[in-house]
Order: sequence, then structure tokens, then C-alpha cells
Amino acid sequence: MQQQLTTEKIPPRNNEFTNKIAAEVRYLNRCYQCSMCSDGCPVAYAMDYYPNQVIHLVRLGLKEKVLKSTTIWLCASCETCATRCPNEIEIVRLMDILREESVKAGVNSRVSNILKFHQAFLEQIKKKGRIDEVSLMISYEMKSREFLSVSKIKELAAMAIGMFKKGKIKFPSLKRYSTGEIKSIYKKVFSR
Amino acid sequence: MKYAYYPGCTATTTSVEYEESVREIAGYLDIEFTEIPDWTCCGASSGHVINRELSLALPSRNLALAEKMNMDVVAPCPGCLLRFKTAEYELGRDPALKSKIEEDIGLKLNLSHKSRHVLEILYRDIGVQTIRDKVVRPLEGLKIAPYYGCVLVRPPEVTSFDNPENPTIMDEIMEALGAEIVDWSYKVDCCGGSLSIVVPEIVKKLSGKIIQGAREAGADMIVTACGICQLNLDMRQPKEPNTEPLPALYFSELMAHAFGSQGIKGWAEKHFIDPSIKLAELGLL
Repeated sequence: MQQQLTTEKIPPRNNEFTNKIAAEVRYLNRCYQCSMCSDGCPVAYAMDYYPNQVIHLVRLGLKEKVLKSTTIWLCASCETCATRCPNEIEIVRLMDILREESVKAGVNSRVSNILKFHQAFLEQIKKKGRIDEVSLMISYEMKSREFLSVSKIKELAAMAIGMFKKGKIKFPSLKRYSTGEIKSIYKKVFSR
Repeated sequence: MKYAYYPGCTATTTSVEYEESVREIAGYLDIEFTEIPDWTCCGASSGHVINRELSLALPSRNLALAEKMNMDVVAPCPGCLLRFKTAEYELGRDPALKSKIEEDIGLKLNLSHKSRHVLEILYRDIGVQTIRDKVVRPLEGLKIAPYYGCVLVRPPEVTSFDNPENPTIMDEIMEALGAEIVDWSYKVDCCGGSLSIVVPEIVKKLSGKIIQGAREAGADMIVTACGICQLNLDMRQPKEPNTEPLPALYFSELMAHAFGSQGIKGWAEKHFIDPSIKLAELGLL
């Protein structure tokens, strides 16, 4: 959904935010708003700001707006934008940094389940060393409470039964793979 | 040909037929895969959205283990592979980052070997001619839409796979098996990938477009090289009235079949849309 023109008062620029992001994303300041990124984005139709608008918001220092946008979490990291950008801006890297920043600032509730899915995924790696789909789904459901919605639980149950019948998912295994080493990696990374 | 092999977490579950068929074609082509001992998850599509350093450390651990085997790494999953290639690319251009990651994983990394997709070694190391020579059951009359998806080809400076807008490696390989390739526009469009669980509506819409595109181009089936793409196109395929569903299967299943493997019947049962019906119709089963 494209944002409508608005007369709302624009908050002051947060230059510190702009500089911090620009230091991490190569060539961010080359953007001349050609919108090639948004034209090719398969998920643009579902986003509140188009990818080129996200870049512009960052450059305007509108931290709050950009970190609350659904775009940064709906981005599927398909790399179409970055591949086609005439200025070689690493747009997926930009989305990744904005996602990291938005976790600190608070994620838009419309897309917070996407964050919960990724968190569940990383917790499973830490716990088991490898992913098994059933444990991942259980962990995600406990976090998101999606199963409280009748339509969601019906859809999920149909999917799980279908996959189980096809032998595409199995009962969770209790096996652990090098979890000592994985835990040590997590500890070092998250203590920095 | 010998390679260090990284099966990835879905090898015994959601993409078991991919794993089995890749192992079979390796047998036919005298490729020796040695599984990386004690491999762990690459961090997949979740690592990089939460923490960049973790998203580099998790694949780097596997790369360091593979380096001890002194062989290139082969992975069938483009998702895993992009994590490996990204680690090689980022650590290769930033020595300080490399030292930090080595400290995280407690292992040294020389970046002496490359990570490669199964299709890459088939095309570049084995060669299309050798593949053609192995065919005992040519896939004559079968029209295929080769679907590459996102991260096998993108970002091109990291993947170094093929033309990112119009790759043809899989086209050439499928042609060598006797199949006919349809010309279509959705080869590298995104299926929605890991949004499948949380926002299935998006995946249904995106996968629906890809399937529609393949159908309009006259394809009998879509061929993929990615577990998530295959699952999304197969399981999330929207039902259309008065239209036959379009099977989506792995390139390796058809390759093994063309080489004379009996595996396809078992693998076909793993699919939500059974590809063996169309194969039987064309007299290819």
C-alpha cells in the first residue's frame, strides 16, 4: 500500500541514525530514487513503504518511521533489488541492519510474528545444532500464539497432517549436534 | 570427483526426495560425496535478519570443518549455499571480520576452497556431454519450465553462478536429458521463501504467479533446485477450477530417472501434486 501525501509535521532529522546506517551499507548515499528496487520487488504490494522510500526515510533521518515500517520485515531477502540497483546499493544488507535496529526499538505489531519466527529458528539451532521442522513449528506457535486463531490453527493442522502423511516431517528427534560448540558461538556473538 | 558434502537440515525431512536423488545421480556420475562430520545448521534465512555476526559464524564453522577435508563444499540447498558463499565473500574482503569470526568459532579459516551448488559441479566439472552420454531413458516430449528462484543466482557478485536475470545452466542440463525447455519469464522470480509459515498469503500469491507463468508457457512441470521453492510451488499451489495442477519437482529426480533409476515412484509419492501421472501419460515412466 502506497502512503498517501500528508500534511503531518515532519519530525526533526536524526542525523546520527542516518550516519550509522550509511556507514554499514555501501553506497547508500548514491541513491537517486529511480525506484528500480521497488519496481522489481515481489512483496512491494504488501509493504507500507516501498524499498526506495525506505532508503529515502533513512537518508532523511526519520528513524521512528523507518523502524516501525512493515517493509523491513516483509522483505523476503530475494536480492532482486540489490541485483538490479544501478548504484550497487546493498539493499538487503540495509534491510538486515534496519531489522536489527527495529528489534531494539520495538517492531510493528503487524509484522512481529515474522520476528518471532526467526527468533524461534535461532533458538532451535542453539538448542539442537540443526533444525527439525516440527520442533521449530511448536516453538514458533508458543511464541506467536497463532494457534489461538481458529482459521490459523485449521490451516496449520491441515498443512502438518498433509506433510506428515507425505513423510515430509517426522516426530522431533532428541538428537543434539555439536551443541556445546554452537552455544559457545552464540555466547561470544551476543556478548559483543 | 570428490567433494565435501553438506546435506542441510531438510535432507531427511521436507526435501528427502531431493537428497536421495542427488545421491543417486552422484553414483551414476562417479561423484564422491563425503559428508562434513558434525555439520550444523547454516543459520538459513533467519540468522542474517537477527544478527550479522551470527549469520557469518554459523556457516563458517562448517566451512572450517570442510577445509580440513581439503575439498570443495557441495550443497544441494541454495539457501545453505548462499550463507556459505556470503561468509566466503565477506570474510575474504575484510580480514578484521575474518579474525573475529575465527575467534567466535574457535577454528582457523583459510578460505582455500569454494562452496558450490550441485548444478555448478554438474555443469562445470562433469559437463553436459557426459550427462547426455549417461541417459538411457530420454525425457522425450516432456516440456519443462526450469525455475532457479532467488538465491541460487543472486546476489551475482556473491553467487558467481550464472546470468542473474536469465540463467541457463539448468536449461542446458535438462535439455541434455532429452527434455524440451519452455521459454518463460519467471525463472528467477521469488516464491516467497521463508515467509511461507508466517505470511502464507504472500507465498500463495507469488507461487501462484510462477505457476501461472509456467502453465501459459506450455510447461508440463516446473523443475527446481531448492527445497523451499519446491515445497512452496507444490504444497502452496492455488487450486484453479477446470485446470490440472502443475507438478513441481527437483531437477535431480528427473535426472536420476533419465539415467535409469527406479527411484521416481517413491519420490513422486512425496509430492502433493504427483509428477508421475504426467510422466506416465507421455510414456516416460
